[in-house]
Amino acid sequence: MEANRLFSMIIGGSIGPVVILVTAIIMIWYAGAVYLNSSFLIDRYEKNNIEWSFSQLASDSWSMERPVLPSPHQIAKELKKTIWDQKITSPRSLVFHSRVTLSSAMVGFIMGTFLGIVLSVGIVYVPALDRTLMPWIITSQTIPILAIAPMIVVVLGSMGIIGLVPKAMISTYLCFFPVVVGMVKGLRSPSILLVDLMNSYSASKVEVFWKLRLPASLPYLFASLKVAIALSVVGAIVAELPAGAQGGLGARLLSGSYYGQTSLIWAALITASVISATLVTIVGRMERAVNNRMGLQI
Amino acid sequence: MNESSSIKSAESSIIDISNLCLTFETQTEPVHALSDINMKVNSGDFVSLIGPSGCGKTTLLRVIADLEKPTSGTINVEGKSPNQARLDRAYGYVFQTPALLPWRNIEANIHLPLEISGYSKDEQKSLSNQYLSLVGLSGFEKKYPWQLSGGMQQRVSIARALSFDPDMLLMDEPFGALDEITRDRLNEELLRLWEKTQKTVVFVTHSIPEAVFLSNKIVVMSARPGKIIDVIDTNFPKDRNLDIRESKEFLKVSQLVREGLKEGHSDGS
Repeated sequence: MEANRLFSMIIGGSIGPVVILVTAIIMIWYAGAVYLNSSFLIDRYEKNNIEWSFSQLASDSWSMERPVLPSPHQIAKELKKTIWDQKITSPRSLVFHSRVTLSSAMVGFIMGTFLGIVLSVGIVYVPALDRTLMPWIITSQTIPILAIAPMIVVVLGSMGIIGLVPKAMISTYLCFFPVVVGMVKGLRSPSILLVDLMNSYSASKVEVFWKLRLPASLPYLFASLKVAIALSVVGAIVAELPAGAQGGLGARLLSGSYYGQTSLIWAALITASVISATLVTIVGRMERAVNNRMGLQI
Repeated sequence: MNESSSIKSAESSIIDISNLCLTFETQTEPVHALSDINMKVNSGDFVSLIGPSGCGKTTLLRVIADLEKPTSGTINVEGKSPNQARLDRAYGYVFQTPALLPWRNIEANIHLPLEISGYSKDEQKSLSNQYLSLVGLSGFEKKYPWQLSGGMQQRVSIARALSFDPDMLLMDEPFGALDEITRDRLNEELLRLWEKTQKTVVFVTHSIPEAVFLSNKIVVMSARPGKIIDVIDTNFPKDRNLDIRESKEFLKVSQLVREGLKEGHSDGS
């Protein structure tokens, strides 16, 4: 009876399931670290004729200098070293690199959202653009971003544009697409009935846009923005890879893989995903605030 | 009887339709939605358009509202083209569904046509108060559409159509989606509203009792091609209530309408 209640408290609450899931992931991670690092360690044991037990293997595989898969506590140590123990202005600090990535991601996100909205309005209101633009927009997304990112960075670099702008442009390139797709759908979402209603009032096109189409499109816009903001971080990181950028999480990933510092890579990866998750959460909060203000049920 | 009809003919007609046809071009074959429509509506009339589905009654209402263009024939609304009448905001349109904007509260929904017509904020506020109380919804200003029942939403939609004081109210099966009890109540309310506001109402329905109860003129239509079979005048007192439906006169008019519909049906198919 008691055990049952305890069980339902853990399962039923909002924290319980999360804790259970995270624990499971960490356990699988430790097991995975042993599995992936074992072949190298076993080779070394055999070469040096060392007798080894499983507990020896496990503890060795969790404390290697350059593991194939670092264990969670090694990554935590790396995160502590590069976030808490460094001055945030130091190039060894992940806070410094995050700031570099985040700033170009944000500029790219804002430009991409703006571009996406402008294009979607064009597509919805100009029939010629509807027929001509959409195929190009879809084609643009079939090109792998890893292929086009270095070209943009190099071309803009040769024109003397370096630093934040080329990186932000790659984020823009990724961001505008979900915004266009969502907004076109959203601006076209009002029923014929509501359009007729506006026509019966002799509303102008501008009034139909501001009073009907735009408010109706907001739920679609927010769904797109959640995708776009996560993509903006990906875009910024990818843009930092090719040009040997001095700062940014992408540069961190690159130097980590160059020197075989897997825990450094993982620390940067986890930082990037925490940043993305935070940004998506912020957009979600904004969405809820707007929904509340518009009196919509969520 | 004679006196009242002579007064009516002296009144100017607010809607004047002659030889009007409307053909929809479709991929397979043209659809004759309206064929040779001749109709006059006098100022202050309550006219019902009744007929089976597909008889073009909604299309005719949309032509009057300039939401649809006729293929041939002439139509005058308040002595102008329907387009000019629409630009002059001659009518308020009530659709089959309430068509309220979900992100606007009740008050703001009524403000929508007022904003477009350029009323000041104060005027908007006082007009929405005035018309919400007219339809018995004072106190619901800050509620959102989803918080109201279907009948209440349709009342908001009527208040919105009246808010900018148009001469005409065009209603397209406004109570079709409601249950019978609500529908009866709203029919009575609409009659009171018509009496109070002196509007001209053109009302599309496929319910015979509704048409007979509400109208002083019933236009019976048939389908394929949509045309007018009969126009039946009724002469019930203006302050009638639902009890009138038991009266002999009511049943007689209902019978006339039913026969008209039957005739149209055998003609059409």
